[in-house]
Parts: sequence; C-alpha cells; structure tokens
Amino acid sequence: MMTNYGNRITQGQFSFLPDLTDEQITAQIKYALQQGWAVNVEFTDDPHPRNTYWEMWGLPMFDLKDPAGILYEINECRKAYPNHYIRVTAYDSTRGWETPRMSFIVNRPKEEPGFGLVRTETNDRHIVYTVRPYATEKPENERYG
Amino acid sequence: MPEQQTTVQNEAIDLDAEFRESNVQEVLDQLDRELVGLAPVKTRIREIAALLLVDRLRRRLELSSETPTLHMCFTGNPGTGKTTVAMRMADILHRLGYVRQGHLVAVTRDDLVGQYIGHTAPKTKEVLKKAMGGVLFIDEAYYLYRPENERDYGQEAIEILLQVMENQRDDLVVILAGYKSKMERFFQSNPGMRSRIAHHIDFPDYTEDELLAIARLMLAQMNYRFSPEAEEVFREYVRRRMRMPHFANARSVRNALDRARLRQANRLFAARGRALTREDLMTIRPEDILASRVFTEGAPDGGAEEEMAAPAG
Repeated sequence: MMTNYGNRITQGQFSFLPDLTDEQITAQIKYALQQGWAVNVEFTDDPHPRNTYWEMWGLPMFDLKDPAGILYEINECRKAYPNHYIRVTAYDSTRGWETPRMSFIVNRPKEEPGFGLVRTETNDRHIVYTVRPYATEKPENERYG
Repeated sequence: MPEQQTTVQNEAIDLDAEFRESNVQEVLDQLDRELVGLAPVKTRIREIAALLLVDRLRRRLELSSETPTLHMCFTGNPGTGKTTVAMRMADILHRLGYVRQGHLVAVTRDDLVGQYIGHTAPKTKEVLKKAMGGVLFIDEAYYLYRPENERDYGQEAIEILLQVMENQRDDLVVILAGYKSKMERFFQSNPGMRSRIAHHIDFPDYTEDELLAIARLMLAQMNYRFSPEAEEVFREYVRRRMRMPHFANARSVRNALDRARLRQANRLFAARGRALTREDLMTIRPEDILASRVFTEGAPDGGAEEEMAAPAG
C-alpha cells in the first residue's frame, strides 16, 4: 500500500487529490443540486473498501436549492465525529439511474494507519489474500485517536 | 501592489452602469406597474436596492463593511399585498446579488413547530436549509409564540430561527408577516426577534381609487373588462364594502370579481339562443355586480365563508 502516500484511503471521487476545501465542496454540491439530486451526508470509522453502507447523518436532503444548508450539516457532522470518515453522496432518483451519482470524502481521521495484507494458505498451497484495515482492530468509535 | 491600489482608488465609480447592469430597474418598474399604491413600501424597497448597490460598489473598492442585515417584517391588514411583495423581494435581492438563488419558501407555524418533544428542531432546521440561498417568508409569525401554553414548542422554533438569522446572515433573509397589532405583541414578548429585524415595513390600507385600479388590473389579467356603467357600480360596491366588517382589501376585491364572473357566466347562459360576441364574453355589466348582497341586503357576499377567509394572511 506504499504507492498511496500517507495511507490515505481512496474511495469515491477526488480521493487522490488533496482534501477539498469548503469552497470546493460547495461547488461540487451546487452541481449536484443543479442536476436535481438528493444530497446526503454519511460517516463511518470502518475504512474497508467493501464497507459500502455508511451511517447516515440525518435524512437525505431533498428540495434544497442552495449548498449552504448541506455545508451546515457537514460541519455539524464534523463537530460530532471529527475523527471519522465523512462523505457526501448525491442520489439520482431518475428512473433507470436510481443510484448515487456522486460520492466524495469531505473529512478523514488525522492519521490513517492503512491496510495490512493477510495471506491465508488453503488446500494445495493455494493462497487467499485479503486486506484488513489496522484501524478495525479496535472497537467502533475508538479506532482513530 | 501599491500601484494596483492607486488604480483601484482612482477608478471612476460608475453607479449608473452598475445600476443598469443589475436589472433592478426592471423589477422596480414591474413593481410600479403591477402593484397599485403602497407608496411607503415601494420607497423602502428602493432604499434597500440603493443600499445594496452602493454596498456592492464599496466592496469592489475594498471598503469592507459588515453585510447589511436584511431581515424584514411586513405588517398590515389582510389583503394589502404582503405575500406578493415578499415574492418580489426575493427577486430583487437575487438581482442585487444579496441572495444566491432567489427562491421564496413560504411557511406558517405548522411547517416550523413540531408536535412532540424533539420534533421541532429538525423540522425547523429542515425548513431553514430549504430556504438557504433565498428568502424564508413566515406568514402570521405571531402564532409561533403562544404565551398561554408554557410548554408550547413554538419558543424552540423561535430560538433556532434567531440563531440562524444571526449567524447565517449571508445565507438567507427572513421575512415575517402578520397583522400589525398581533406582531406588536409578538415582538414585545420576543425582544431578541425585534432587534434582529432591521426593516419594519407597514402596508397601508388601500383607498377607494386604488382598489378600483386593482380591480381593473385583475380583470385585465383575466381578459375581462368593465362596461363603463359597471365601473361606476363597482366603485359604489367598493365604497359600501369598505364600511362592512371583514373587509380584506385586495382580497375582497378579488372575491367580488370572481363572483361577478360567476354571475356574468350565468347571465350569458340564461340568454342562450342569442349569438355571443367576443365582446359579450369579456364584459362585466352592471347587473353582474348589482346582484351582490352588498347592494341587496347590505351584508358582504359569502357571509361565513369570507369570515373564514379573512384571517388567512
């Protein structure tokens, strides 16, 4: 995992870039709202890539016209979970799509310990590989400082 | 850097160009054209427009100052145009760049106050989030505060509202509306609210001539018109109606016109067999108005119905 500087997890959009500023986040949300997507704030402290369903911070926000309301919720969520991963998703309810069209991380823990590679030997010297986040060795809510 | 600053300072300030660019004149003209009377309201809107324009110029020259507070309170009798003006206000503020989206979210107590403990805060916050970037219009705001019930959740909604009005001034403009005496009492019990509202605008009652002008405007919008005699009769109708209870200014005029249309349709229907012209379909004749109970019985049409309608904004 050393190709990834600082063990930053890379999920969703913009995750290889430096963290987005609030201004950049606002611009992204503005785009989502212009498309008529419902924007949603979610958080977790389990960074495993297969952990798809994060905890929801309140209900998805329908009928908003301006990103200020969502940025307010993001900041509330940051206040409550300063050391969790927080992401913003934008859901497109158009028939045929019915799926999140955008998803990007807006908050990460100060230190991300990264993932370990676990090799399990099975029959005939086959090896099964899996990744294990170091953080999840600790119980929930105690994982990041 | 100093060079740049001198150029900024010496640059001629073209207020006129800025004014034209903002298209505010268009909105103000529309206001003049479509809203009859309301002189103090229009004056205040013009003042606010001027303030915002100058503020924008000042910001360009880096003469920074606090963003002006634009929360407003509209007081006036029923049917004096509070909601209509609020709608326009959203548009004006948008054109001046004070609000980002320029939409109006109109709510009443029901939309803000919850029904059980813990219900109010999320409800109020959701409404506030929807209104961000635009104007939040709270109709009959005094119902938020119910002094007779000390466990009423309205107080909670007011507190959240106050907090957002203070901290997120850039994000939304709150307009409260209601009848003058009740708003007065509301502010007495919520001094914090009063001090956070910079603009208290009073909507005066319309005069007879103004009501007639409104009637003409409304008819024109619906593609009707008075016959010359009908206009005189309608003037008399307005004069009598104004003295009766539950008179709701422009709203009463609109109701009277709706009933006149009904009678006109009935009259045309009764006289079928005769070929109708376009003119017939458009004209309101005196008998359509004279059949009103205002003339026959000296009481408002609709009776209880109108009484119910009157307090609604």
